[in-house]
Amino acid sequence: MRINPRIINKIVEMGLNIQAFFTVGILVVIVAIIFFKGFPYLNPEFIFAFPDDMGRHGGIFPSIVGTIQLALLSIVFATPLGVGTAIFLTEYTRESTFTKLIRFGVESLAGIPSILYGLFGFIFFVIKLKMGWSLLAGVLTMTIMILPTIIRTSEEAIRSVPRQLRIVSYSLSATKWETIKKVVIPAAAPGILTGIMLSVGRAVGETAAVIFTMGSSLRLPLSLMDSGRTMAVHFYILAREGISMEKAYATALVLVLSILSINVLAYYVMHKAMSKYS
Amino acid sequence: MNTKIAIERLRLSFGKNEVIKNISINVYHNTITGFMGPSGSGKSTLISVINKMIDFEDNVKIHGKVSIDGIDILGNSSNPVSLRRRVGTVFAVPIPLPRSIFENIAYGPRLKGISGRRELHNIVEDSLKKAFLWDEVKDRLNLSALKLSGGQQQRLCLARTLALKPEIILLDEPCSGLDPISTAKIEDALNELKSDYTIVLVSNNTKQIARITDFAAFFYMGELIEYNTTDRVFTTPLEKQTEDYIQGKFG
Amino acid sequence: MIEKSLLKERFVKLVLLLFALSSLLFLFLIFMFIFSEGSPLFLKVGLWKIISGSKWAPTKGFFGIFPMIISSFLVTFGALIIGAPMGLSCAIYLSEYSGKRMKMFLKPALELLAGIPSVVYGFLGVVYIVPLVRNYLGGSGFSLLSTSIILGVMILPTIISISFDALVSVPKTYREGSLAMGATKWQTIYKVILPSAKSGILASFILGMGRAIGETMAVIMIAGNALKIPGSILDPLRTLTGNIALELSYASGDHRLALFSTGVVLMVIIMVLNYVANFGINRKIVK
Repeated sequence: MRINPRIINKIVEMGLNIQAFFTVGILVVIVAIIFFKGFPYLNPEFIFAFPDDMGRHGGIFPSIVGTIQLALLSIVFATPLGVGTAIFLTEYTRESTFTKLIRFGVESLAGIPSILYGLFGFIFFVIKLKMGWSLLAGVLTMTIMILPTIIRTSEEAIRSVPRQLRIVSYSLSATKWETIKKVVIPAAAPGILTGIMLSVGRAVGETAAVIFTMGSSLRLPLSLMDSGRTMAVHFYILAREGISMEKAYATALVLVLSILSINVLAYYVMHKAMSKYS
Repeated sequence: MNTKIAIERLRLSFGKNEVIKNISINVYHNTITGFMGPSGSGKSTLISVINKMIDFEDNVKIHGKVSIDGIDILGNSSNPVSLRRRVGTVFAVPIPLPRSIFENIAYGPRLKGISGRRELHNIVEDSLKKAFLWDEVKDRLNLSALKLSGGQQQRLCLARTLALKPEIILLDEPCSGLDPISTAKIEDALNELKSDYTIVLVSNNTKQIARITDFAAFFYMGELIEYNTTDRVFTTPLEKQTEDYIQGKFG
Repeated sequence: MIEKSLLKERFVKLVLLLFALSSLLFLFLIFMFIFSEGSPLFLKVGLWKIISGSKWAPTKGFFGIFPMIISSFLVTFGALIIGAPMGLSCAIYLSEYSGKRMKMFLKPALELLAGIPSVVYGFLGVVYIVPLVRNYLGGSGFSLLSTSIILGVMILPTIISISFDALVSVPKTYREGSLAMGATKWQTIYKVILPSAKSGILASFILGMGRAIGETMAVIMIAGNALKIPGSILDPLRTLTGNIALELSYASGDHRLALFSTGVVLMVIIMVLNYVANFGINRKIVK
């Protein structure tokens, strides 16, 4: 018996609609759970106080600081490297085996899972270079991790700057580097910034690579060689050791809110700058 | 008449495709010289040799000599940056930089190292006046240049070039997308400018060439067919091809 | 003056070249160190013994990681079973059915889903999914099933976005032609669009697999910690990633080397997966 294809079409369409809402629903549910379970325990004291009794009481101030330090320093290192690589690939070479080789390197780095970054960071920075579990080891590892994202987004942004803009700049007696500095990069800035913010989001949420390089000390990291926790690491330990459900939810809320605001900020920057330049 | 730009036996090919076939022509000081001819005749390529923008193309072979004030510009000893301060270019499609009107014009001077606010302002005002755009924008120099109309943007591009105080101005079909009023404004500006600058105007519009140029060169398929004062070329052309082109029989 | 600016340009180009080479340098370093730490044990104990061995007791000299290899593949396929149909349907919905407003809403939502840290997924899995499985299906709840569910959700954004790209790159004329011949929308999707986007969709699945097999935090929170191959989907397990993460902080000597050997195996598997996704399948995509 052949069912009328039009009926099948309708059924499928309904099913797909449900499917899509279900997927969005998952996100809503996740955020809602974290929000409702964590919000009651979120107060200024939580943000600014130090953890007490392994985190059972008190706040998460050191891990907030640790997260900011890790994310910011990684960006400081990765941005020049990444944007510089992107500039080199787009402005200073033509497609060749050499560029393909570099791209292969970048794509391969992007495909390495975080636990292997943790393994590498551990043996190379922590052990062989004798940094110990430290902010520095974490930053160096994280820098390599976020490098591919920055390279990819920067390259795309730079490539989409119209060729004519460069030609105008050259015709007004600018050199290649002056053109890049004054015309191309400013025009590509929104895209580059978006890539940077995505990377910050990644650094904030990353655990496996961080816990084996930066460590998990509860102290406030005051120097590059100090160990410390990021919020994600703190959250993981709270959950794994079953220390405190309330604190875990609250930490998760701060985590998710941070990443959410970074994403929103990234979008805002993208749209605002796009309208300015078009 | 002094020669400003001397092109001698120039041949240029992109790969196997010869685009300029043995062209020799002298462009004279303080004149407006028109380069006319149908698409593909090589006139735009010729422009890109004079301003050395051809350096950005791949697979180009150039033979011959091009000199400005007697000094060769094709060789490696010629610095493109200093050349482009002496040779300004206005392109067919106006491309303002995504910044204010003021900053667009100040772009070139800043590259030269000029940074004083007053000096830059003087240059901006002077250039905009010469491009016949000052009155329309003097109250809104900080407005984004992208908000100007097409005709205004093209005059902005002319002003931008003038800000570098070049000796030569090359214009590649500058009025191709513009309405008659904007076209007239640009033509008026060029007429005023020729007493201080050497101007080369590439155009597919023979009537425009006839209107404002002193000398006219007709190019066809990479060759220079005829070159003389505009009067003579248009009233008594020596070559049949020239006559046919002017009369619009092809192009 | 001329020489000064030329020198500066050359200097800039050199610096940028070095920056670009840094990616290759880092890749080389990572490969080298993980392989150089991981290989000695292969040579000492024997590659085959390690890969096929079923007993993992590294302090006593047993380095068999076969159960972990199997478990890694099992959770990956489990994640695919859960995530691929949902993800593909979502991608189809996004590309063929949703309006502009829906797209503007769904795309950021997907990025957000992708941005949630894996530890949070793991936590929610422990608190909600594990008890669900335990109460309704049995076992401890820490199981292949729970892990597959959470991993399936985690790889959704990957599958959706890449499949979506594959679907929208199918030329409009294909759709129009099919509809003009009287086919319904679904028939068009089923018979024309999906086959045409097949390689991109497959690539998305393989990349999703790559993500799942490399996932660590969520897995160690939900999968339990059993050193045997799971007998059923309700049994606990340990993956290659879990093996490394759970023991690295206190391992030393040969034990630690064994964890690097585990890392080598994981790396090889992922390299193969990436190669298949990027080169084997992409060759068929007409760009």
